[in-house]
Amino acid sequence: MAQKLVVIGAGMASGRALEHLTEAAPDTFHITLFNAEPRGNYNRIMLSPVLAGDQAYEDIVTHDDEWYAERGIACRFGEKVTSIDRKAKIVTGENGAVPYDKLVFATGSDPFMIPLPGHDSEGVIPYRDLEDTRTMMAMSKGQKAVVIGGGLLGLEAAAGMKARGADVTVVHIMGHLMERQLDEAAGDLLKKSLESKGITVKLNANSKEIVSKNGKVSALKLDDGTELPCDLLVMAVGIRPNVALAKECGIAVDRGIHVDDQMITSDTDVLAVGECVEHDGTLFGLVAPLYDQAKVLAQTLLGEDAAFTQKSLSTKLKVTGCDLFSAGDFADAEGREHIVFRDPARGVYKRLVLESNRIVGAVMYGDTADANWFFGLIRDGDDISEMRDTLIFGPAYQEGGSADPLSAVAALPLDAEIRGCNGRREERIVQAIEEGSEVLGAARAATNASASCGTRIGLAAICRATKAETFAMPNTSTHKGKCLSEGILHGRPVIWPRHDWLFDLNARDAEEADESLINTCPLRVRDKRIMIEGNAIGHLSTA
Amino acid sequence: MTSAASLNSVRSTCPYCGVGCGVLLGPDNEGGIAVQGDPEHPANFGRLCSKGAALGETVGLGRRLLAPCINGHETDWDTALDLVARKFRETVAEYGPDSAAFYVSGQLLTEDYYVANKLMKGFIGSANIDTNSRLCMASTVAGHRRAFGTDTVPGTYEDLEKADLVVLVGSNLAWCHPVLYQRLLAAREKRGTKIVVIDPRRTASCDGADMHLALQPSSDVALFNQLLTAIQAAGAIDKDFLRNVEGFEDALAAAGAEDGLSTGLTAAEISAFCKLWIGTEKVVTVFSQGVNQSTSGSDKVNAILNCHLATGRIGKPGSGPFSVTGQPNAMGGREVGGLANMLACHLDIENADHRAAVREFWQAPRMPDKQGLKAVDMFQAVAEGRIKALWIIHTNPAVSMPDADAVRDAIAGCGFTVVSDITAETDTARQAEVLLPATAWAEKDGTVTNSDRTISRQRAVLPAPGNARPDWEILADAGRRMGWQAAFNYRNPAEIFREHAALSGIAGGFGRDFDISGLADLDDHGYATLPPTRWPVASRKGGRFFSNGRFFHPDGKARMIPVRNRPPAASLEDRFPFRLNTGRVRDHWHTMTRTGMSPRLSAHMAEPFLEIHPQDAAKLGIDAADLIVVENDTGKSILRARITETVAPGQVFAPMHWTAETAPSARIDALVPAATDPISGQPESKAACVAVRRLGADWYGFAVSSLPMAPDCDYWALAVTESGYRAELAGVSQVEDWEEFARRIFDLHEADSASVIDAARGVARIALTDSGQLKAALFIAPEPVAVMRDYLAGLPGGIAQDVLSGRRPANQPDPGPILCSCFGVGIHTIVTAVETQGLMSVDAVGAALQAGTNCGSCRPEIASLIESLQVREAAE
Repeated sequence: MAQKLVVIGAGMASGRALEHLTEAAPDTFHITLFNAEPRGNYNRIMLSPVLAGDQAYEDIVTHDDEWYAERGIACRFGEKVTSIDRKAKIVTGENGAVPYDKLVFATGSDPFMIPLPGHDSEGVIPYRDLEDTRTMMAMSKGQKAVVIGGGLLGLEAAAGMKARGADVTVVHIMGHLMERQLDEAAGDLLKKSLESKGITVKLNANSKEIVSKNGKVSALKLDDGTELPCDLLVMAVGIRPNVALAKECGIAVDRGIHVDDQMITSDTDVLAVGECVEHDGTLFGLVAPLYDQAKVLAQTLLGEDAAFTQKSLSTKLKVTGCDLFSAGDFADAEGREHIVFRDPARGVYKRLVLESNRIVGAVMYGDTADANWFFGLIRDGDDISEMRDTLIFGPAYQEGGSADPLSAVAALPLDAEIRGCNGRREERIVQAIEEGSEVLGAARAATNASASCGTRIGLAAICRATKAETFAMPNTSTHKGKCLSEGILHGRPVIWPRHDWLFDLNARDAEEADESLINTCPLRVRDKRIMIEGNAIGHLSTA
Repeated sequence: MTSAASLNSVRSTCPYCGVGCGVLLGPDNEGGIAVQGDPEHPANFGRLCSKGAALGETVGLGRRLLAPCINGHETDWDTALDLVARKFRETVAEYGPDSAAFYVSGQLLTEDYYVANKLMKGFIGSANIDTNSRLCMASTVAGHRRAFGTDTVPGTYEDLEKADLVVLVGSNLAWCHPVLYQRLLAAREKRGTKIVVIDPRRTASCDGADMHLALQPSSDVALFNQLLTAIQAAGAIDKDFLRNVEGFEDALAAAGAEDGLSTGLTAAEISAFCKLWIGTEKVVTVFSQGVNQSTSGSDKVNAILNCHLATGRIGKPGSGPFSVTGQPNAMGGREVGGLANMLACHLDIENADHRAAVREFWQAPRMPDKQGLKAVDMFQAVAEGRIKALWIIHTNPAVSMPDADAVRDAIAGCGFTVVSDITAETDTARQAEVLLPATAWAEKDGTVTNSDRTISRQRAVLPAPGNARPDWEILADAGRRMGWQAAFNYRNPAEIFREHAALSGIAGGFGRDFDISGLADLDDHGYATLPPTRWPVASRKGGRFFSNGRFFHPDGKARMIPVRNRPPAASLEDRFPFRLNTGRVRDHWHTMTRTGMSPRLSAHMAEPFLEIHPQDAAKLGIDAADLIVVENDTGKSILRARITETVAPGQVFAPMHWTAETAPSARIDALVPAATDPISGQPESKAACVAVRRLGADWYGFAVSSLPMAPDCDYWALAVTESGYRAELAGVSQVEDWEEFARRIFDLHEADSASVIDAARGVARIALTDSGQLKAALFIAPEPVAVMRDYLAGLPGGIAQDVLSGRRPANQPDPGPILCSCFGVGIHTIVTAVETQGLMSVDAVGAALQAGTNCGSCRPEIASLIESLQVREAAE
């Protein structure tokens, strides 16, 4: 007998949760889905491309009516929930009541409207849903728009309207744009880029009053007296979790609906997911953690063990021509080091913030091609010390041959010795190699000063694939910056259990089909020393 | 490698070492010249080394001096030469002939040399003309003259091919005379020639040798005295031949009075060498700078000659002593008498009959009756103000002389200095008052003589650029302006050649060896088409000397000279515990005024270095790629560490090529003391005593640029690349603003900049671009910068967005440092080919990659590379 599940809200978190749920256990629940908007789930974060005319609404619909129908989900779209009786376990909508065994709040958030005088005039809108988008799209050429808020959403709205031909001014209260995601340098580049598109940007600007004529907005007045005439005023200054319904029915609510790691609210039969929740004091506005929550929510409903943990977040601005990425924490602080790339001529700026040889924050502007790679390094807390000098150039530059300081002196020494960390000889490995024992496993070894060559080549993993084949390879993988010596050898393919990877040595990185080779170089033992070809130093160098 | 010369190409001679290879020169259809070995030239039969093959890259006008200059201001020839003539005349009038001096070069053509010598010795009236051959050949000249009565090279190159044993003493033939070495290796393929190398250092020549005796520096006399003693003990004395030799008993007694301990070799090593030498009738003992550049250089030469005289192994096919010279016309200079202790045509300055004959021939107003000042003494006289008018021609003594800093300062302080050269950008030219633009190799017409006495024509293929003039013409014009119209009224080099040949006939009349009077009537056409001709050219022609037992001392006999081993002048002491050896690298020559223009040649070793044994490096805490400070009381150098077992513990080696133009901290001759051989006056360039320590650099840098750069840090070394320049940099003090530093050294104040700064780690990378085109890039790190240098060197001038990464993207292989200069093949390319294609031999590598198939200079290095890879495979 299927359980009755009621979900309030058909936004992105809800959509993802239903996907997980119906895929894992299609018949476990009989689902009813309420949505105040008269439609199912669409990719809300893609509204900006729709606004800018880069995509059509149809392109961003993720779950159409057919999708819900196939899964037997009863959709009550365009119907607001009016009350919830937790005792009776009944949800009542405008068109009738539905009982539930489990209830999920996915009510999302409401845009925050600054209560300026005149904020209720016609033509003052937030930027939240398709209706708002359509209002902006309806601006005709030459009409004036003002956007309050120089954050992600506000800038996307501004750029979208500009693309539609409107005359747009962005008013931002802070000293640089997107101050929560960007440092000042990147914010300045972004400002220049927007200005070059014809958007006016006013920083350190305090809105004072919305002027209206006949109940319709006509201008925004700033506290310095400046008056910015406008036909449309968009407020994009933040969101508030939509908690009214939850609060009414007595669920624990602070800024958002309180959930535990399993996404369960103060009522064990009531769960919540998405922008409406508050987890560990944090609210959520970006899509990545919502998806994580959705997965946990589905698992919890299915009785599986799962826990939501907060991770670093990354941001991309969806404005054509403004390639921008931000992740983690990039504030200056004690113990933080910065790697900064500047190329003003190409409009590229990147800053990596390091702490204890790990990336804790990244800001990129103008070239975000490697953003996901950096985000992975931040999220996984990988030690980047071995690739620090080429780190900022991305994964394509972490391999590909030698960068040998000796190449200025042409004829390299013919041998180099591999030694353990601290310059000690790896007697354990030497012995194992000499005995020909099946050392299935790898050893972590620093390669450092030897009699004939003192080039530091970072770390090398020393591996024995078969009795006849002992070799060294870079201890940092091609792409992930992972420590290869933590893997387990099974002949030639190597398995790295910790990361669920499998490499075929001298073949391609199994996970990324287009990855480059893992270089290996044969080694031999001479006089109890592990020797490699001097010229192969470069093959082992990873940084 | 240069494309094949066209059919109407011109035969000429390579301007590098003393092998004197014939080249075919033709237009390369790109405004330069194409160079090819002359298959018909008897020195090389078509072969060329890496340097010769790259000659086409060195004829550009980029750094040429194109007009006379007085104190840095361009002027015309009349003004410049009037000033030169007036200053020399006035100086001589006021202070006497010996207040004037010429310091000339083994790169002058014989005709140039002849005019210079005639002007100084016959007309200015001093013997103060010396040459950079003093630094190269003087001990051989002295040794030859002591033993033979003249400066005669007995054998020919063919002897290397006809010998069963070739002993290389103080000669890295593989790198310094590559074509001869290739001829030797080719002959060995056929007849199994044994090769022994006697050198404190394991050089590239040792790679193919049967025996390497790494003797203590400057202990050659002890070794050859052991050989002479062993010859006697083995009954190998040629008693018949000894009738033509004086001094056998004394020489034997001197040899027997010492043991071989000072060589540092084991008794077994010495005995094996003696046995091989004595047991091989056809033995050629080749010697070069390791013998000559020593305070006992003359004695070393005679110790070698003693052994050949005692066994009669001289002047016979496949046997004899053989001096190989370092410069293209060292021999020509010796022939004309362009050394302070010679007169002309192998005649003696101190012989009154010789003087009278030459004076008569020249119609000379005055003539010195004693030797002039040899190079080291000459510059000391300059420093002391005794020489007040100095003319330096085609040589760079401010770099190449011992105690080079003092010599540089002496030149700067001289009353009147003239420098004739093809460029103003030399450490010496910077000190001159008058600069005279001379024609360069490819523009010159005349003759040179190589190490086996073969006179070859050098022919012009390019017009003289700007106002440049041939040296003979400049000197003759100056002579006329000094007042000697008739004596210097030459119209062309052929006239000078005929005069020289006629004078040699007079020398022949005195029974001297150098007689080319058979060519005195050569007409202009005959001169123009003169094929390579080995002297003498008189009643006897070419061939070998001395097999008949007739020598040039007055009694017709040779002399064996009693010699005893002497340690080098400088003694090791606690303060200076290392013995500093100096020498050449494979692809550079002298002070790089020519090879430094070639990207290919500059790629083999792109910066100066110090070779140091691993034990010494470990003791001093020196890691590979560290910088090393080398110093003593006369100077200080900073060089890149090259840790290698090719040098013995306690010894270090540095190349001699780098100058203030290319690496101001690497003027290695600043550390060489001005100690000279008492007989030859040749300085001891290979046995300075120095202290060595790691440079505590605060930062290291690597830079590439499309235009010349002007680094001003503690260490820098600049090299030419295909796309501009590359440089290694380092400094001991912190730099605050790297972008400002980059803009300053590259002189690019308006360019766009891109940068990566990792301040906490001390890493900075700056790229300067103009309209997206890379102009320059700078890479700074707290340790030697790990970037792909050879890759980066190719980027300036192009669009290189990712230059700051310092490396190729993953999908592009890195060829590595260039090993084969001719075809530009890198080490990594060769290693990959050997590994993936299973190549087992140098020839197989050549077939696959072309590497080593042109000049062959890199073949020893390829061989050791393959060897090391095979050892590795065997161990697996």
